[in-house]
Amino acid sequence: MIQLDGVHKHFGALHVLKGIDVTVKSGEKVVVIGPSGSGKSTLIRCMNLLEKPSAGKVMVDGVEITAHKAPVAKVRQSVAMVFQQFNLYPHKTVLENLTLAPVLIKGVPKAEAEQSGLAILDRVGLKVKANAYPSQLSGGQQQRVAIARALAMRPKIMLFDEPTSALDPEMIQEVLDVMVDLAHEGITMVVVTHEMGFARQVADRVVFMDEGEILEQGTPEHFFSNPTHERTKLFLSRILR
Amino acid sequence: MNGPFAWFKWQALFHDWRIFAEGFGNTLLVAVLGLLLALALGVFFGVLGTTHQKSFRGLNRVYVEFIQNTPLVIQVFFLYNGFPHLGIMLPVLSVGILGVGIYHGAYIAEVVRAGIQSIHRGQMEAALSQGFSFWAAMRYVILPQAGRVVLPPLTNQAVSLIKNTSVLAMIAGGDLMYHADSWSADNIYYGPAYVTVGLLYLALCFPLAQLARHLERKSEVSV
Repeated sequence: MIQLDGVHKHFGALHVLKGIDVTVKSGEKVVVIGPSGSGKSTLIRCMNLLEKPSAGKVMVDGVEITAHKAPVAKVRQSVAMVFQQFNLYPHKTVLENLTLAPVLIKGVPKAEAEQSGLAILDRVGLKVKANAYPSQLSGGQQQRVAIARALAMRPKIMLFDEPTSALDPEMIQEVLDVMVDLAHEGITMVVVTHEMGFARQVADRVVFMDEGEILEQGTPEHFFSNPTHERTKLFLSRILR
Repeated sequence: MNGPFAWFKWQALFHDWRIFAEGFGNTLLVAVLGLLLALALGVFFGVLGTTHQKSFRGLNRVYVEFIQNTPLVIQVFFLYNGFPHLGIMLPVLSVGILGVGIYHGAYIAEVVRAGIQSIHRGQMEAALSQGFSFWAAMRYVILPQAGRVVLPPLTNQAVSLIKNTSVLAMIAGGDLMYHADSWSADNIYYGPAYVTVGLLYLALCFPLAQLARHLERKSEVSV
């Protein structure tokens, strides 16, 4: 579903990704962990070309999006992203946040988009907030709306870029619950997170990154019980107390 | 009594009120159409100034710096006296519309650019990640939000634009200032003529300036 071949990314003198090869199969849940500054976010942002790799190839759903004049916008319609800072459209109501892209980009009739939008909001427990504005919601509610907005495009792949890192601790669980629920549906997911409990619970594979490289990957059982790499052990010892 | 504001001079002015009304109408026309042109140019070049494409940003800089750093009078003279040499004869009101439109378009481009840049980068990323094109994201996500930020400075630009239409008087433009000039040059009744047109400009600009202040206060409250 997603395939990265020898992906490098430079920000000026900074070498953020150093030759990443990774494949995500259809329906797979991949959780990417690692210390901050390790390149996790840059990696996931290369998967929908919000960051353009300096070198290497990115294939998504059979299309090489790094190719010259690739239909990037078209591919992005089926690759939804949930951001750390939610990035809801503040000038639109919750329901409009869900219907804007389906109506304008996919040409879904408005009434139909609203109906399915309400159904999705119901799923994340926020149907009552359909006519509220994002600024009237708590952080956890905003992130659930952001997930609902992503789902409204009926994506094949969901990318989560540290979706709980900007939340107050008491709001993290409500967002994770929605994500766990989604994971049980068979959608392809790539999640950058520090939530090790979530990784254990839903990941088919955990990928550990440090200093722009993938150091180690494996099933959660293998990964958390016998990490092979020194830096992985060090990271886990710091994060799992 | 024969001062600069003698009563009989005012009587002469009221008698010829149609001349001033015509000038006022032309000034309004030039201002409205000039503002529309300035907005179109300003939004277009302002957006260009926020793209990642270096050549687009260069285009924005050339337009803004060139227009902002040369006098409006020279630009209008160029349109009026220079264009005919290129075989382009423009009606004088069109010279006014183009003149103030292009001139204020450069200022509005800067206002729009700053407004767009005040919107968090995540908004563009969210829209792009959903499959919006750059221009569609601008149209539906960024500009509606930037619009609220730029409304007060934009209104101030409208005020400046109205006042600057008076540059037309220098090329026999038929605007309010021109008619005041020519009417009072005939009879040397400068006092009432300039006071009257001054008040007419004030009547146009003052409410707009108040609106700008009101919008500014409102946006402070909502942020």
